Amino acid sequence: MKPAPFDWHAPATLAEALALKAHHGDAARFLAGGQSLVPAMNFRVSQPAMLVDLNRVAGLDGIAWDADGTLSIGAMTRYRSIERDAAIAARQPLLIEALAEVAHPQIRTRGTLGGNLAHADPASEMPAVMLALGARFRLASSSGGREVAAADFFIAPLTTVLAEDEMLAEIRIPPLPSRSGTAFLEVARRRGDYAMLGVAVVVVRDAAGRCREARLAFLSAGPTPVLAPRAAALLRGTALDTKSIADAATMAQQEVEPMGSVQANPGYQRHLAGVLARRALSIAAARSLA
Amino acid sequence: MTSFGRPLTRNEDPRLLRGEALFVDDVELPGLLHAAFLRSPHAHARILGIDVTAAKTRAGVLAVYTAQDLGAYWQPGPLLVPPPPIAGMEFHQRCQVPLARDKVRHVGEPVVMVVAESRYIAEDALGDITIEWEMLAAVGDLEAALAPGSVRVHDDLASNVAAKARQARGDYAAAVAKAHRVIARRFTYDRGASIPMETRGVVAQWDPRADRLTVWDTTQAPVVIRNGLASMLGLSERQVRVVAPNIGGGFGPKMMMFYPEEVLVPWVAIRLGRPVKWIEDRLEHFFSTTHERSQIHDAEIALDAQGRILGVRDVFLHDTGAYDPYGLTVPINSQCTLLGCYVVPAYDSTFTAVFTNRTLVTPYRGAGRQHGVFVMERLLDIAARELGIDLAEIRRRNFIPADAFPYDQNVIYQDFTRLSYDSGNYAPILEKALAAIGYEHFLREEQPKARAEGRALGLGLVCYVEGTGIGPYEGARVQVQSSGRISLATGIGSQGQGHGTTLAQVVAQQLGVDIRDIDVTTGDTDQFYWGVGTFASRGAVVAGSATHAAATLVRAKILKTAAQHFECAEEDLVLAGGRVHIAGVEERTIKLGALAGLANPMRGAVTPGTEPGLEATSYFGPASGATASGVHAMIIEIDAETLRPTIRDYVVVHDCGVVINPLILAGQIHGGVAQGIGNAIFEKLAWDDQGQLLNASLADYLLPTALDVPRMVLDHTVTPSPLNPLGVKGAGEAGAIPVGALFAQALEDALQLPAKGIEILEIPLSPSRLWELLHGGD
Amino acid sequence: MSQRIAITLDVNGTAYRREVEPRLLLTDFLRHEIGLTGTHVGCEHGVCGACTILWDTAPARACLIFAVQAEGHAIHTVEGLAPAPGQLNPLQQAFQDTHALQCGYCTPGILMTMTAFLAENPAPTEHQVRDALSGNLCRCTGYQHIVDAVLLAAERAR
Repeated sequence: MKPAPFDWHAPATLAEALALKAHHGDAARFLAGGQSLVPAMNFRVSQPAMLVDLNRVAGLDGIAWDADGTLSIGAMTRYRSIERDAAIAARQPLLIEALAEVAHPQIRTRGTLGGNLAHADPASEMPAVMLALGARFRLASSSGGREVAAADFFIAPLTTVLAEDEMLAEIRIPPLPSRSGTAFLEVARRRGDYAMLGVAVVVVRDAAGRCREARLAFLSAGPTPVLAPRAAALLRGTALDTKSIADAATMAQQEVEPMGSVQANPGYQRHLAGVLARRALSIAAARSLA
Repeated sequence: MTSFGRPLTRNEDPRLLRGEALFVDDVELPGLLHAAFLRSPHAHARILGIDVTAAKTRAGVLAVYTAQDLGAYWQPGPLLVPPPPIAGMEFHQRCQVPLARDKVRHVGEPVVMVVAESRYIAEDALGDITIEWEMLAAVGDLEAALAPGSVRVHDDLASNVAAKARQARGDYAAAVAKAHRVIARRFTYDRGASIPMETRGVVAQWDPRADRLTVWDTTQAPVVIRNGLASMLGLSERQVRVVAPNIGGGFGPKMMMFYPEEVLVPWVAIRLGRPVKWIEDRLEHFFSTTHERSQIHDAEIALDAQGRILGVRDVFLHDTGAYDPYGLTVPINSQCTLLGCYVVPAYDSTFTAVFTNRTLVTPYRGAGRQHGVFVMERLLDIAARELGIDLAEIRRRNFIPADAFPYDQNVIYQDFTRLSYDSGNYAPILEKALAAIGYEHFLREEQPKARAEGRALGLGLVCYVEGTGIGPYEGARVQVQSSGRISLATGIGSQGQGHGTTLAQVVAQQLGVDIRDIDVTTGDTDQFYWGVGTFASRGAVVAGSATHAAATLVRAKILKTAAQHFECAEEDLVLAGGRVHIAGVEERTIKLGALAGLANPMRGAVTPGTEPGLEATSYFGPASGATASGVHAMIIEIDAETLRPTIRDYVVVHDCGVVINPLILAGQIHGGVAQGIGNAIFEKLAWDDQGQLLNASLADYLLPTALDVPRMVLDHTVTPSPLNPLGVKGAGEAGAIPVGALFAQALEDALQLPAKGIEILEIPLSPSRLWELLHGGD
Repeated sequence: MSQRIAITLDVNGTAYRREVEPRLLLTDFLRHEIGLTGTHVGCEHGVCGACTILWDTAPARACLIFAVQAEGHAIHTVEGLAPAPGQLNPLQQAFQDTHALQCGYCTPGILMTMTAFLAENPAPTEHQVRDALSGNLCRCTGYQHIVDAVLLAAERAR
């Protein structure tokens, strides 16, 4: 399974990279970690005429914190760097918990957060996590830039709002409020596989201990990561008690649109959505008290 | 210092560990060309036209071949295994062809061969080729394939029946008439692809000056490949050398022979006058290396009130794929292995092998035995439940008693002999397994307690018999070299199971040397001319016995030569540590290498009736196979909501007769169980109704990982085989055989399905499939 | 049209200079350009782990990297493990001692994965070893002896 021929450019600056993409449009693909693109090329299901290799572009990776606690991650930051970052572990535990489920260490050595998000596989963990965290993405092109909410970024399987000349440059994650709890759960056939279903949840309590905010984001539950706003709404104002969580989980089952796969019947996926929502919400609820 | 029976570490390992061992794709030759194949994207279609002009003119492409270009060389492959001598059998031979000519019969069937300067360019050229197809309906479902009016895989046959065979003995109707209970069910057992980590590959080089062809091939049968290629290519066997170097796993499909690529690469190398390499990529592997797939059994068992078997009747369908070069080995094994450890007074088994528009089916570790074990063990489980008899007890009541061996099962086995169990003692194996798994404690205490806590734990317990060590024969040549190193050569080949060590142990035992001083060649037809191959759990028995015989002869020559040298009696000699000395007189000693020199005189004469050197060649051909047996027991916990299982305990108690190397044996059991686990709950070839495989990648066809295979507890009993001088039996397939039945039983138990009116009558069982069964089927 | 790129790759501490097409996979560069055939190919889609090498000390799939991308990085393969010709390093020796390989095809990739793993986890539990091993497929051994080897190597190193 050898890839088809392509021209390879490995620019040193972002401006060069964006200019090449603007010039060649859809005939060129960005090469980030390669962990999704190269298999597709080896199978020849993807045959780009040109690769714009981002691995030598300065300044596209990096982990930084704004004064308000917003986490900024450069698109070319390797999973391996993120998972070893102590500050992220302390302040954005959902990201770390989900990252542990992404493939295997060998993939995480090369794989990048931005590459994975731009690839937009609805079975990927990171897109759902971004929705649960309310992340925003900074898109860059040679004619300017724009910011898009993660919830608006994914529009279909393997399809995002990225224009032909655009690149995902930076991921910005708002700080978790105090009295928040997060949890990530997925059910996969084997360790590291794409999940048959997964969920990322965030719950936030008010000073009286009642839920003031909740987000549930599912993966492998539809053509894009799926937010379950009605389930979240059911939790608001509750004590995040067993019954409220169970009701929310049942509601979430109605909000997902699993498509089925070789591994899973859609009915089973929908069943898992309820099970995982309940379990993840219970864990997050307990963590929000700690 | 004994070698035999000891857990010695392997001779093969250092080179493998350093990445220095030669595998077929490691072969580099000056001027090497690379081949790629355009394979059918359709399961069933007529070829109306092929246009290769653009491919031929691509830079770097040397040649493009279609079926027409092969001329007289194009012919269907040989029938590897003729139909067994079963009375009244129907068999239609239809073998694979090198390149499809008029129509294609499965996705992946090769149609065009491209040869280029690199594999990259060859694959580019595949994209230049256009083929005009007339699409035909494809059959995959076995019953649909047999329905009147079904499209036929082979137009010249009246139907998709590849074969029909019935073996019956005793009076099943009478058994039913007097039975207390008759239980009938339909069972579906689906296996999958063997997926060795190394795909197939062939390299061929024709040397016009030496007038010789050398072929490196990922085959389990180098000698037979040599013979077939020589014949096909119009060469003498002595002109062809086939080398099976290190093989990265075989498991059976590399024992399928004369695959299209195997037949074409040497032919092209001769024509082009340059060496040619073809390495199968993983995508191709899913379509073009053989599988074992499904059987559908309508089986029934007649029992008395104590749960003793009065008879079994089984009618089954067997998917043989688009062609049947391997004959009926797999369904015959199913038919025979169903009898298991048990006395089955009346048996009536009929199978129909069915052509389908899918990849060929040939043996894969277990080779049809899985299907038979599944049916029998499930029937006994159902009987146990209906009759209120303990699972272990119903098996005990039906075991062939220990004093009944050799036990004639009176059916024809895959080696065409009447199946006779040479030896065995099943009750102690069962008792050891029950003790090791903590059977009583689990059923009486642990499981009820867990259930009260809402946890779902289940137990599985299955028994099986495995026919091993079949003929026709293998051979071995042992030689003491002048360096003092011992050379052992055999034609059996290897799949990585340590023949270079176990066979060396057999030699070392006779010659008193360290196994590290023995060089073993198993896969080079220039080193040993005669042989069959490594398959069917026969290496230790057949090659081991041949090796033993040769080593014994060399030992005798050593003693005779040394006795002449020292002018003493042979009984006064000690053979140890790589030398011979007179007992009690250590200084009267000679190293084996020096002795070999003495036995090869450069002056004088060799006595009439003797041979130069210290060398002997022997062959071993058992009249029938040796019967191994075992019990697997497992405790599994299943998450009642996600239906994800976790294996908590896994026990294998196994009888493979005398054991040459317990460490290597353990590895074989572990590996077999791992493939069994894959087959039971992870691996399923997912076809759509157009014959397209939906999960042709390792991301979607799931092999078990280190987190999916538990730590196993192994134990053994030994009933030596009376059929060979070593008393050994085969062990290579045992781990894989009963695992499907084990999981069916354990999962049914964990989820308490029978109480819900659900039975597990199929394999494989994913969590999603279990969910479907719990919610009313599919 | 076909680009040829001159690259110098650092493999096991030795510099290799070649001219290659951009699409040449690192696996094919190692195996066929510079003759280091110890790194094996099992799938070419990043799943089986047979091609695992060390990329600046971290394990990575060589089948998912183009050779041209590897310039400036330190690549380590199985051929760099043995301390001297004909010898085995402690991890390799442990593999022989516990019979942790049968056909040996997956073994180089596992050795590289475990080399990186043990460097960061010198006292692992069995579960941790199995977890670290889960990205390398083996079809022969059933993994138990491999786990034994890694635990043995860790124990001997302490």
